[in-house]
Amino acid sequence: MPTVAVDKAELWERLGQEYSSEDFDALCFEYGLELDEDTTAEVEEAIKKGLPAERPQLKIETPANRYDLLCIEGIARALKVFLGKTKAPKYRLVYPPNGESDLLTVTIHPDTKKIRPLFACAILRNIKFTPSSYASFIDLQDKLHQNICRRRQLVSIGTHDLDTLKGPFRYEARAPKDIKFAPLNREQEYTAEELMTLYESDKQLSRYLHIIRDSQVYPIIYDAEDRVLSMPPIINSNHSKITLNTTNVFIDVTATDQTKLDIVVNIVATMFSEYCAEPFTIEPVKMKLPDGSTKISPDLSEKQMLAHASYVNSCTGLSLKTEEVSNLLSKMSLFPTLSTSNADEIEVSIPPTRPDIFHECDIMEDAAIAYGFNNLPHTFPPTTTVGQPSAINKLSDIVRLEWALAGWVEVLPLTLCSHEENFAFLNHEDDNQTAVKIANPKSLEFQVVRTTLIPGLLKTIRENRSHSLPLKIFEAGDVVFKDSKRERQSRNERHAAAVWCNKTAGFEIVHGVFDRAMKMLEVPRISNSGSNAETGYYMKETSDPMYFPGRAATICYRAPNKRKNSTLEKLKGALHVNDDDLVIGSLGILHPSVLEKFDIQYPCSAVEFTLDPFKKQMQKIWTNDE
Amino acid sequence: MAEALQQLILNTLDAQGAIKDTRSLVIPGQPEPAASHDSQIVILGALNSLLSRDMIKYDSHEVLSYILSPEGAQIAKEGSHEARVWVALPAKGLGPPMTQAQLGKEVGDATAKVGQGNAFKQKWIAREGDGLVKAVDSIKDVTQLELQEIESSGDLKSGQKALADLRKRKLVVQRKGQWFTVQKGANFSTSTAKPETDLTADMLASGAWKTSTFKKYNFEAEGIPPAGGSLHPLLKVREEIRNNFLEMGFAEMPTSSYVESAFWCFDAMFVPQQHPARDLQDTFYISDPVKSLPPEPSYYKRVSTVHEHGGYGSTGYRAPWSHEESSKLLLRTHTTASSTHMLYKLAARCRGEDIEGDEKEFTHGARPTTAHGNPVSDDGFRPAKLFSIDRVFRNETMDATHLAEFHQVEGVVADKGLTLADLIGFMRVFFKKMGIEKVRFKPAYNPYTEPSLEIFAFHPMLDKWVEVGNSGMFRPEMLEPMGFPKDVRVHGWGLSLERPTMIRYGINNIRTLLGHKVSVEGIENSAAVMF
Repeated sequence: MPTVAVDKAELWERLGQEYSSEDFDALCFEYGLELDEDTTAEVEEAIKKGLPAERPQLKIETPANRYDLLCIEGIARALKVFLGKTKAPKYRLVYPPNGESDLLTVTIHPDTKKIRPLFACAILRNIKFTPSSYASFIDLQDKLHQNICRRRQLVSIGTHDLDTLKGPFRYEARAPKDIKFAPLNREQEYTAEELMTLYESDKQLSRYLHIIRDSQVYPIIYDAEDRVLSMPPIINSNHSKITLNTTNVFIDVTATDQTKLDIVVNIVATMFSEYCAEPFTIEPVKMKLPDGSTKISPDLSEKQMLAHASYVNSCTGLSLKTEEVSNLLSKMSLFPTLSTSNADEIEVSIPPTRPDIFHECDIMEDAAIAYGFNNLPHTFPPTTTVGQPSAINKLSDIVRLEWALAGWVEVLPLTLCSHEENFAFLNHEDDNQTAVKIANPKSLEFQVVRTTLIPGLLKTIRENRSHSLPLKIFEAGDVVFKDSKRERQSRNERHAAAVWCNKTAGFEIVHGVFDRAMKMLEVPRISNSGSNAETGYYMKETSDPMYFPGRAATICYRAPNKRKNSTLEKLKGALHVNDDDLVIGSLGILHPSVLEKFDIQYPCSAVEFTLDPFKKQMQKIWTNDE
Repeated sequence: MAEALQQLILNTLDAQGAIKDTRSLVIPGQPEPAASHDSQIVILGALNSLLSRDMIKYDSHEVLSYILSPEGAQIAKEGSHEARVWVALPAKGLGPPMTQAQLGKEVGDATAKVGQGNAFKQKWIAREGDGLVKAVDSIKDVTQLELQEIESSGDLKSGQKALADLRKRKLVVQRKGQWFTVQKGANFSTSTAKPETDLTADMLASGAWKTSTFKKYNFEAEGIPPAGGSLHPLLKVREEIRNNFLEMGFAEMPTSSYVESAFWCFDAMFVPQQHPARDLQDTFYISDPVKSLPPEPSYYKRVSTVHEHGGYGSTGYRAPWSHEESSKLLLRTHTTASSTHMLYKLAARCRGEDIEGDEKEFTHGARPTTAHGNPVSDDGFRPAKLFSIDRVFRNETMDATHLAEFHQVEGVVADKGLTLADLIGFMRVFFKKMGIEKVRFKPAYNPYTEPSLEIFAFHPMLDKWVEVGNSGMFRPEMLEPMGFPKDVRVHGWGLSLERPTMIRYGINNIRTLLGHKVSVEGIENSAAVMF
């Protein structure tokens, strides 16, 4: 959420009332703002110590979709309307004395399509800045750039002293070497190529260079005398820069996204139009588009939507009259009119400052906010359902509990790990068919999603060397494998694993704890793959390099009922062919080279197996099926 | 020996009624009474053993005693320096006088130097020519005698002045010692037979328990810790919250998909494609596998359309739609991605499809109810109350309160005619079951819920309101493309599992709760959870 710092005294003046910190906090809370900080005490402390101090500020967190609350002008305006102290302003386009023919024009060159095709603009006439409103004007642009404009990628704003320029203007796209001007706060002229090098070391601007750097052409705005206004989205020109004394402001906005372009130009223009000689008026500009058509910018027209009292009531649980709903909407700076034809209906005009409203549900929410979330009745949903745990969690809870009862301690390492920990440290090679890999980790610890629980357990043992021996730890958790058949190209698998660490390796101890889990799941031990048993598990010696040679086995599982189904299966059974038996895991004494890589000085044995084959289908209860 | 000493103490007590001073005892095997410090330590051991059986009582008294320094010990053995000088010299007239050098050779330079001065002072020796001779026939080496007395008794009868002098000469050092007076105890007897510490099967068989005496049990001592295992504290809290859900009739959703597509994690939830949460800064994207398979085409089309062009009464974001963006794979940033997929399945009947697959893992509710009780015509919708508690991933820089992975608690209620008042009322009950009484709701922004409410709880220890969770009603732009009828409303809320756990266990650093750096001993000692 963006945080906006506003001058406390100025806000009180605008609201026509002083608030205690608690009261203002309560007001913010009700409206959906959050008073993050009141610097008054800090400032008083500094003054007492004779230190230089700024004026007390309120730091207010605003919702990320309310661009109209990113400056003190907007916050004060919205709260005043919410408190019923004023009516929401109507924003108007005011044409020059001679009408449309007098409008400033901007021609949009077709080449701009190659880089940043969309353009909008507006003029604020006879504006009077104060140092604080000037600072707020700059700050609002910065806030917009960081939020909706996605760090100038989608939209960027430039502002100019119109009196230093001569219309008509042209928005073009030119090769960087053909662009030359003195950028903001510099006297010397640079080509665009030079600017790209110049700003590489600029902490602020370097972040935006990538947006256009590799393009054949750069966007550029000229006036009638070929003076540059700005090179969006990087920098304005020094020539047309605005100052405290600027009286006529030209706002240019360029973008790759039409909706966001309209939002941004409207927010900047409407917020600061209050300082115009005639408040809340904006002079439009005529744009000549590449297709030959013309368009007036900005478009301040109000969006018309219908709201229904019945809908508001059914969503909120209230029983308000249409008129009451309408009054609530007025408090939120919307313009409701009761429909003459339908008693339930309200025609709502949405001002250009409220682009966050898409749907009737947004209007419904505004009514609920104006009513007060905390004033709503407390009802309880009548929905009657039956509770049920998921099959996999029920299963893994059984294993967890049995292992804890058997004297083992449950640990909870992370799911992400380094590539080495998941492969090389276990003497395993990455076949690139197994593990899901992360593209943008901030640290080496998070390169892959684990395919085994062993690294996490070994790291836990490493970090617990002060614990008395033996260490007996386990985890039941998910690992992730690549799976090209699935939509998400991967699948989670629930594993259970345990590691024993002591002065002797104790193969039979991890073997025993695995046997215990099988016993509790009623899976019988069968002698080996040749067994004719219908179901059960058995061990088979293996040569997994993670384990000590001769002290490693895979665990095989024969699921019940599978073998009876077909004649072929019966035949296979008779022949002791058991190619359906699943390898569900492995156990063994960990290889000393594995221990060394995890920095463990004592022998360890480990067991790991998948729980998925033991998952029971949950009973389907109360589906009320036909 | 210990037993012999105990027997001696008991016999002495039996004969004399009391022992006035343990220094008068003669420890068996020792020639003399136990006056020394070390002897009293031995006696104390015997006394404590008898005391533990209530056979005696004793009082201790402090006493200062003296022991010899190494130099003092040497004097006690070989005589003082002056005496050694005297002994070395010839008697007057009997042999040649001894020179300084010779004397040094005879008794050592140090002794020769110190001893000469003192011997002269005592008039024991005299000068003759270049050398020295005895001046008297016999001497009394008082220093040696005094030191010998101190060595044997720890004290000096001739008094403090002499002692102070010896201490100044660093021949003796002071030491604090103890001695004891002893009386009979409640269980006094002259028998030192060891009392029994435990009742045994043999005693039961022989009947010896009837006559045996039993050692007094020390109720201050701790019991022996059991060798049992432990469950992890975070998962104990998970179980408590999970039970709360189950008690309220919620079915647990399958959440076995850490990897999600951007489509399910964001697009299907009506999170705009340009939303900051989708940045590389915040989300782990997957490099291998490369991208997801396409979702069901008609649903995909409905979702992309509502984003790009609107629909279902919404203007939509009217922003360019990227298929590439939608098919990116990532680690889910919230379990709401799984809930979204579950809701899509819940709506299958409303779309006129047959249900298959995972949905068997959760329970459909009864026929829908509207506005608290009125039956409605069947459009295939079944109400559901669903929950999950599982891992989510954020590409965060780790610190005391942030990990790259943590657990999200998530609840969803879907029914016709649910209201915001229902959500608020239900949240009060939900948090009350977690022991949180005072809650209030702040309007907030969330791209997939409208209204959206942040839940704040009053924290009595911090004396302020803190955010404990997020909630809201899913937007029509999310539900209607799935095929839900317009009057189906879905409540959703979420909170982290770590936060209430850290509060429960008073933990400040999340890394001591989750991950491999957690102390196994801490897990073994973490208390049970009862909200």
